[in-house]
Amino acid sequence: MAPHRSDLWEREDTPPETTPAAPPVPPAPAADAVVLPAIKDAVASGVITGLLLLPLVGFRATESGSGPLTLTYRFGLVAVFALLVAGLRLVLNLTLWRPGRKIRDNRSAGLAALSAKVAPAARPAFFALALLYPLLAVTLSGGLSPSRYWVDLGIYILTYVMLGWGLNIVVGLAGLLDLGYVAFYAVGAYTFALLSTSVPLNAFFDAHVAEGFWASWSFFVCLPMAGILAALWGVILGFPVLRLRGDYLAIVTLAFGEIIRLVLINWVSLTNGGAGISSVPAITFFGVPFNGNDDGFAARFGLDYDSMHRMIFLYFIILGLAALTALVTIRLRKMPVGRAWEALREDEIACRSLGINTTLTKLTAFATGAMFGGFAGAFFAVRVRFVSPESFTFMESAVILAIVVLGGMGSQMGVAAAAILLIGGMEMLRNLSFLKASFLFGPDFDPSLYRMLIFGFAMVAVMVWRPRGLVANRMPTIFLKQRKAVSGALVKEGHG
Amino acid sequence: MAAASFTPKVPKSWDRDPLLKVDHLSMRFGGLVAVGDVSFRAGRGEVTAVIGPNGAGKTTVFNCITGFYKPSTGRLALMQGGPATMAELDALTAGGRAWAKTAAGATYLLERLPDHKVSSRAKVARTFQNIRLFSGMTVLENLLVAQHMSLTQAGLINPVALLNLPSWRRKQKAALELALYWLDKIGLTARADDPAGDLPYGDQRRLEIARAMCTQPVLLCLDEPAAGLNPRESHELNTLLRAIRTEHQTSILLIEHDMSVVMEISDHVVVLEYGRKIADGAPGDVRNDPKVIASYLGVEDEAEAVAVTGVPA
Repeated sequence: MAPHRSDLWEREDTPPETTPAAPPVPPAPAADAVVLPAIKDAVASGVITGLLLLPLVGFRATESGSGPLTLTYRFGLVAVFALLVAGLRLVLNLTLWRPGRKIRDNRSAGLAALSAKVAPAARPAFFALALLYPLLAVTLSGGLSPSRYWVDLGIYILTYVMLGWGLNIVVGLAGLLDLGYVAFYAVGAYTFALLSTSVPLNAFFDAHVAEGFWASWSFFVCLPMAGILAALWGVILGFPVLRLRGDYLAIVTLAFGEIIRLVLINWVSLTNGGAGISSVPAITFFGVPFNGNDDGFAARFGLDYDSMHRMIFLYFIILGLAALTALVTIRLRKMPVGRAWEALREDEIACRSLGINTTLTKLTAFATGAMFGGFAGAFFAVRVRFVSPESFTFMESAVILAIVVLGGMGSQMGVAAAAILLIGGMEMLRNLSFLKASFLFGPDFDPSLYRMLIFGFAMVAVMVWRPRGLVANRMPTIFLKQRKAVSGALVKEGHG
Repeated sequence: MAAASFTPKVPKSWDRDPLLKVDHLSMRFGGLVAVGDVSFRAGRGEVTAVIGPNGAGKTTVFNCITGFYKPSTGRLALMQGGPATMAELDALTAGGRAWAKTAAGATYLLERLPDHKVSSRAKVARTFQNIRLFSGMTVLENLLVAQHMSLTQAGLINPVALLNLPSWRRKQKAALELALYWLDKIGLTARADDPAGDLPYGDQRRLEIARAMCTQPVLLCLDEPAAGLNPRESHELNTLLRAIRTEHQTSILLIEHDMSVVMEISDHVVVLEYGRKIADGAPGDVRNDPKVIASYLGVEDEAEAVAVTGVPA
């Protein structure tokens, strides 16, 4: 078996333990001999940066209306850049570039030990934080209404956490590269939207159960149906394509995602085409509507009506759905089917030699992943109360896949962290209003325009530093004496 | 039948009670005949070795037996329980089914089964020439994956397992015990929680055999189990294989180049060359067979001509 490349590299870094004497290390220079030159170097580079940038950045000719060109000065920006360079060089000189610095023997072993220490606390901490988040948002922003933005952001992030966990089953556990995951999200959303707005269904329940029954209960009835239908579509997609592997599977799933979207656009009589389906019923508190009426949620629970009640309820709905995804996945991993998924990712031929029906196993992975996508889709429809094909573009699939890959394939906490970083980070980049300060880029600067650029750089940086994702280790599903994380270098990515 | 020229007056044990009966097996890849009309039997409770020079078609025969290749022609009958009569076999072959209950037990036609059913139904397990462990899973997990079939009789996603009910926990405990038994057998209990990919080569070889044994097979097919092992490890392997044969009533079919392993543990040796069988018999007989000596050591042109034309067709 050929060792993994990074494995080889690690071995090179690691001196064998049996080496009789430690290799001679040059004596570390005295602190003065390090700090003083470092400061000198930092100042010098800061000055050079300043001088270089002074003509390039410091002066700017702007055309004011029809008048002549005027010169504006941006010395503040020059100073910021110069200080950045100086500070960075100082830090680097004192840490990474420090003369005589002892190179740590096994960087990844240190990280692995660290993550092993953090890992047991990460999951409860994440769920505790997620549970308390609305309370925190309301308290810190000072009231229900001001917290709308933060609760909405929480819902948004949790939707992606759930989607990431769902796709993680397919990509991370079973090793099947699925570029069309958004198709199942769309199936779930349209299932709920179509069923809940269906006139015959509304009429039927009005006549036989109670007036307005379907509008208030449809989400809870349709949620399982959305999951089942999405799973069914997962099987329908899976059957013909699962004999494909790797790149070919990826291309066909990509096409499937696009086909679903194009069908949604073109089947106007059913889906109302590109105009989408509006007036999807809002979520109710298990039949109790969130409105200001006497039979509304606020009145029944003796609260003052606030539209934020609905938002907070939505937050807990998506938190519950995400937790369900996580718990089912944790449970499935310990069951034969979950082990078979992971074995499939490791070596499909060996699986077949052990009597595992690989087609069936892949289909269950596709169907399970699709089901959670369908749940998330139904939630999306009830949150936005409007679905249109535009919400289900390839970009969505790409973002969800990026979350899974960035988080570390197969790792739930990694995926959650990546979703928070990517989705939350993208959102935070909208808020860099301090960059608009007059001494920086000026009021005309729109930081959100650079979101994708920064996003791209961040992705590249993570992939360079942590090629196996934020959490590269795999936790075994069972252990005899001690649960030891399996190094990411040994875990395979799957080939289709 | 090809074996005719070797059939002595007293029928050999593998002819009296065969577990696997390979009849006229041929495998063609386009115009290339990798295996041409090979027939042999593997006795119940015996170690049968398939040997031959590189490219003789040994692994192709293995891939046909374990369902990874569909043979071009030929019949591969696996007789669980006891030998089937000729009439029973012919009736099964004439019918469209892949298996049938016979007087002595169940008989499977392996060429009609998909690869995973060869393992799960016919109970034929195999290892690979280039080790195929689940390297990112622990040693223990590897052995549990192998028990997939016995754990999923109630369905792939069954509610009893999802809810972790007691009946499920008992089943899992039994699976764990079997895994621990084999861990103990191959001496890897101390490394149960280490990833399989971290094990030394010899341990990986033994683990692959243990993993195959966790499927509780009637026939264990080993593709060069001693390749890359040092003499001490080879010796340990012999001990392990003998134990498997005697204590578990599992018959063994193995491909091997290491003659010390072949001669020491096998009851029956089949020699292939250029996709055809050139010898078949007890180790001592095969060792002295002129055609085998010719194929392994090489002979003068004239003698070789005799040897080649003497191959039974």
